[in-house]
Amino acid sequence: MRRKEHFDAVVVGAGPAGSTAALVMARAGLRVALLERGEYPGAKNVSGAVLYGTSFLERLLPGFRLSAPVERYITRRSIGFMSESALFSLDYKSSSADVPPNYGFTVLRPQFDRWLAQRAVEAGALLVPKTVVDGLIREKGAVKGVRSRREKGELYADVVVAADGVNSFLAREAGLRGEFSLQEMTLGIKEVIALDRQLLEERFQINGNEGVAYEFLGSVTGNVCGGGFLYTNRESLSIGIIFQLSSLLRERARPYELLDGLKNHPSILPLIRGGSVKEYSAHMIPEGGWKMFPKLYAPGLLVAGDAAGMVLAAGCYLQGINYAMVAGEAAARTVIAAAKDRDFSALSLARYETFLREQKLIQDFQRFQKAPEFFLNQRIQNVYPAMICRLAEQVFHAAGGPKEKIRDLAAAGMREAGVSWFQLLKDLIEGGRSIGW
Amino acid sequence: MVSIQEKLNLLIFRVDENTHISIDKSKCAVCRERPCLFFCPAGLFTLSGEEVLHSYEGCLECGTCYLACEQKAVSWQYPRGGYGVLYRQS
Ligand SMILES: Cc1cc2nc3c(=O)[nH]c(=O)nc-3n(C[C@H](O)[C@H](O)[C@H](O)COP(=O)(O)OP(=O)(O)OC[C@H]3O[C@@H](n4cnc5c(N)ncnc54)[C@H](O)[C@@H]3O)c2cc1C
Repeated sequence: MRRKEHFDAVVVGAGPAGSTAALVMARAGLRVALLERGEYPGAKNVSGAVLYGTSFLERLLPGFRLSAPVERYITRRSIGFMSESALFSLDYKSSSADVPPNYGFTVLRPQFDRWLAQRAVEAGALLVPKTVVDGLIREKGAVKGVRSRREKGELYADVVVAADGVNSFLAREAGLRGEFSLQEMTLGIKEVIALDRQLLEERFQINGNEGVAYEFLGSVTGNVCGGGFLYTNRESLSIGIIFQLSSLLRERARPYELLDGLKNHPSILPLIRGGSVKEYSAHMIPEGGWKMFPKLYAPGLLVAGDAAGMVLAAGCYLQGINYAMVAGEAAARTVIAAAKDRDFSALSLARYETFLREQKLIQDFQRFQKAPEFFLNQRIQNVYPAMICRLAEQVFHAAGGPKEKIRDLAAAGMREAGVSWFQLLKDLIEGGRSIGW
Repeated sequence: MVSIQEKLNLLIFRVDENTHISIDKSKCAVCRERPCLFFCPAGLFTLSGEEVLHSYEGCLECGTCYLACEQKAVSWQYPRGGYGVLYRQS
């Protein structure tokens, strides 16, 4: 006999992973409850953010561009190496980047998440906001539902999809993951700064719906291992920093003071001047990659998105929203197949891995598995960027006097920074191995 | 430079009457490093004399404190559904 509050699936968390999962399952005719602790989907969520998943979204929701809260399409990407006083940038701009399928677009999560969750509701999912899930209901070793922090808050289902984000207390309760290490976790903080639209477009040399994604390494984080970002929205900028937790602790730095430092950097200040800060936010990111992937399923349970550590942080990449959606879809397909067989055992849910592989998600993380360790390193994030600025300063310096060859300038710079040729060579090879070849 | 309080003032918080963060002060008493005085992005941990104080009203709900406290002195759970910080633009 079926209990009253019995669903085919309960999804915990209406972020990109959860809403995608709910949408796909509801479309297949399953009875789905989508539980979200925030007042509305997105109320608790923070990203940079550039969403790199236009072809996926187009397949999931054809014509999404017409209704999605897209801020700007990224047509220009820059990587900046910073010293206290200088900025050395690699700048890429393409006029074809705003033609579909584009590189990606900026979003504000409270808007985007609400929009995506609404698509799931339209497909028939039941969205229940303002509802915290505190734990799993288990019977005979299988997950049978969730306990929410409400009166009579038990909800039963054949399968629970834990899309509950980075802290995922559910994945931990189910024993799928252990404790986090502070080396692989980062803290991101961010401000949204409103800026007149015309002024913004002139400053960043963009037109219409074009946008810029700018990322920074170097003195932006002091001695803390991490990096900064600056993204353009329609009428605002998103500026923030991401810190490796272990090094934030070691340096005894205050995150918001470092963000103020970035905002006051001589190369950044002119970009944000005249804007007014609208919001400040903070959120953790699981950056360990493949090595920190938990077990992805248990009887009656699937884990997707940040809850499963599915963030690719590899130098020029910081992508989690797209993988969360891909995983949400794969989880949904798994549940749909399992429901046909009426088999929710671990063996049946193991299909999840097959679907993730079909979408190349697992392969991406395996391919870049060495990257987190390489990039979450002070030499890469702090020492080299400063050296590059120093070298540029000397090469471009034009006060007259004797000139030296670049090799000699570089050698002097390396001596100053305490980096040997051997170390440099090793880092080049390891860096190459982690993302290059 | 704006203070952290000014940054928090930009945000909407639906403050619950009950705290969702509690700390075991006996562990704080023996903690030498006290990194919480620095790492919290909302600056919620402060020192009064020798005692570590904390507040929950301006919590950004990142979870850094329960993770980074070496003494495991911080108990942190999500605020009640619908309560806590309410982001509109992030
Ligand atoms: C500063 C910063 C910048 C970033 N920049 C980018 C970027 O530019 N591009 C990119 O692709 N990614 C970026 N990321 C990563 C991206 O934000 C995440 O990978 C993405 O949000 C993961 O989606 P998710 O659905 O798995 O989890 P989340 O978006 O965290 O969603 C989880 C949902 O579950 C809810 N929830 C959690 N626990 C419970 C519970 N117990 N009960 C009920 N509801 C619950 C939450 O409220 C939330 O709505 C960034 C992250 C940060 C912090």
